[in-house]
Amino acid sequence: MKVKSFVIHLSSFIYSPMPTVLESLNQALHHALLTDERVYLLGEDILDPYGGAFKVTRGLSAKFPERVLTTPISEAAIVGVASGMALRSLRPVVEIMFGDFVTLIADQLVNHATKFRWMYNDMVRVPLVVRTPMGGGRGYGPTHSQSLEKMFLGVPGLRVVAPNTLGDPGQLLANAIAEDDPVLFIEHKLLYTRPLLQASQGDLTDFEIQQCGETYPTYVLRISNLESSNLTLATYGYNFELVCQAALELLMEREIFCEIVLFSQLSPFDIAPLLDSLRRTRRLLTVEEGGLTLGWGAEILARLAESGIQANMRRVAALDLPIANSRPLEDAILPSVEKIVDAALALHGT
Amino acid sequence: MTDNFALYRIMLLIRRFEERLLAEFSTGKLVGTTHAYIGQEANAAGIFSVTDAQDVIFSNHRCHGHFLAYGASSPQGSDPYRLAAELMGKATGLVGGRGGSQHIHWRNFYSNGIQGGILPVATGMALAEKVKKSGQIALAFLGDGTLGEGVLYESLNIASLWNLPILFVVENNRYAQTTPIELAVSGTIAGRFTAFGIPTLERDTSDVLEIQAAALEAVGSVRRNGRPFGLILHTNRFSAHSKGDDTRSAAEIARIREKDPLLIHAPRLTDAERARAESEIAAIIEDAFAQATADPFPKMKDER
Repeated sequence: MKVKSFVIHLSSFIYSPMPTVLESLNQALHHALLTDERVYLLGEDILDPYGGAFKVTRGLSAKFPERVLTTPISEAAIVGVASGMALRSLRPVVEIMFGDFVTLIADQLVNHATKFRWMYNDMVRVPLVVRTPMGGGRGYGPTHSQSLEKMFLGVPGLRVVAPNTLGDPGQLLANAIAEDDPVLFIEHKLLYTRPLLQASQGDLTDFEIQQCGETYPTYVLRISNLESSNLTLATYGYNFELVCQAALELLMEREIFCEIVLFSQLSPFDIAPLLDSLRRTRRLLTVEEGGLTLGWGAEILARLAESGIQANMRRVAALDLPIANSRPLEDAILPSVEKIVDAALALHGT
Repeated sequence: MTDNFALYRIMLLIRRFEERLLAEFSTGKLVGTTHAYIGQEANAAGIFSVTDAQDVIFSNHRCHGHFLAYGASSPQGSDPYRLAAELMGKATGLVGGRGGSQHIHWRNFYSNGIQGGILPVATGMALAEKVKKSGQIALAFLGDGTLGEGVLYESLNIASLWNLPILFVVENNRYAQTTPIELAVSGTIAGRFTAFGIPTLERDTSDVLEIQAAALEAVGSVRRNGRPFGLILHTNRFSAHSKGDDTRSAAEIARIREKDPLLIHAPRLTDAERARAESEIAAIIEDAFAQATADPFPKMKDER
């Protein structure tokens, strides 16, 4: 396991000269199209001047009109077409406008794109990236707010990756495009406007960060100059922001010292960095925005249980309900800083 | 273009291969299921007599006939042995025993067992050949049963919209497993293509020469115009959908068996030619199955 250490100040969540996640992803797509003529983009409404529902593809069709293909509203066919292009040595990147629509591409991912390489005895490669915005918090209601990535975790041959503000989302996307196998790239909608975090010199609230792995790193954050911490918070994507705020609150108001383990690759995944943190804290709280039952946290807890480690573990996730449109209802359904703090306190008492 | 003897020989290869395959199930050498192409041989023989060896083919669950005809039309020749080995789950199979009957890949030939799902993939392959300016076209095979799958229509729309060089071959054997077409398909098959501005050619025949002529026109249209085309072949499946799921009456099966592509084409050969084809094919089939039977099973690799 490769480990790099650096320090980050969490106030950089708010005022920052750093590029946003959106800019980072957009730049990565520019660069991919510029440097590799096998790269094609396919998606709905991705042409300029509109540039995609969340503007991730803005400016690309103007520069690369031959390789940025706006499509009919045909999610299954778009991913199927891209899969065929990938089999014939192109490198397509598909945008699915809302993550909720991944149910429409399930057959193409599960029975086609991810099966070809193994089923054809490793004689083919399918360098396909499917990017899609997931997540709530925008009041989009039951069919435009979900985090459905859990349905695709554990699909053989599929890598599921989720950027966050700590790593470099653009680099993560570039790495996905460079893969020879299918990648489902999950972008939380609320991340788009967030600036990337910036390493800085520190004070008490500084976290020392270990980076495990290069391509899709797992980050382990520990409060600097602290000998022991007593709770591990594991998460991915946008929820990292909630987890950081909860960790600060727990530190300032309750003197509970947290470590944070932030995953970039959800499936398949390496449990080692988390196991390592848990050996120190013996308490784990997983935080995800997908529904609780049979979700990401459930598999994490199962792996840890199988490892034989003695630890107390809980999960924070969305309620097993559709996501409501009304703000108070949506807030009640999705994870929040408050829910994370409450769960952490309950766990800490154990 | 392939001559009468070669066309007969390919059809006979498919017929005898599938017959042997069905027989091997009773010996326990084969497990799982299979979808025999018996009765439809003229389609594959006719079509692959006019395609280019570098064209890209996506076939479906009933792929053995397509594969054998594709192989026979390529300069390297056919490979019934490796198909037999694949069906027996042997390490020497086309895909090392991982795919079996419905999931094979060899050179530019691909198949998958999901109805409809292969069609956008084939459409994407046509797009890839187009942008690479390879001059090759894609061929996708579907049946009347696949007409119920929505992704077909997404694919036809995109293929037409983007001017993609793909030939959709509909083999209408009038039954989706056990469901007759009258209970599953409204309107016309051709109407489904013309709705998207895709021209069609429709034949109701088991004569390989008629199919060859239609395929020549269809393939030529795709290659010349760089546009999709629908070749609709009304055909007859003599055996069950897979195994033991035939609910048709004996009278109906006897009636369709009169349209046997081998019997229709046989009079164009001399007795000596037919005898030669029979003995050559018998030897090839015997060798293929004997060798495949003797081959080892694959070992599980450590995938982690």
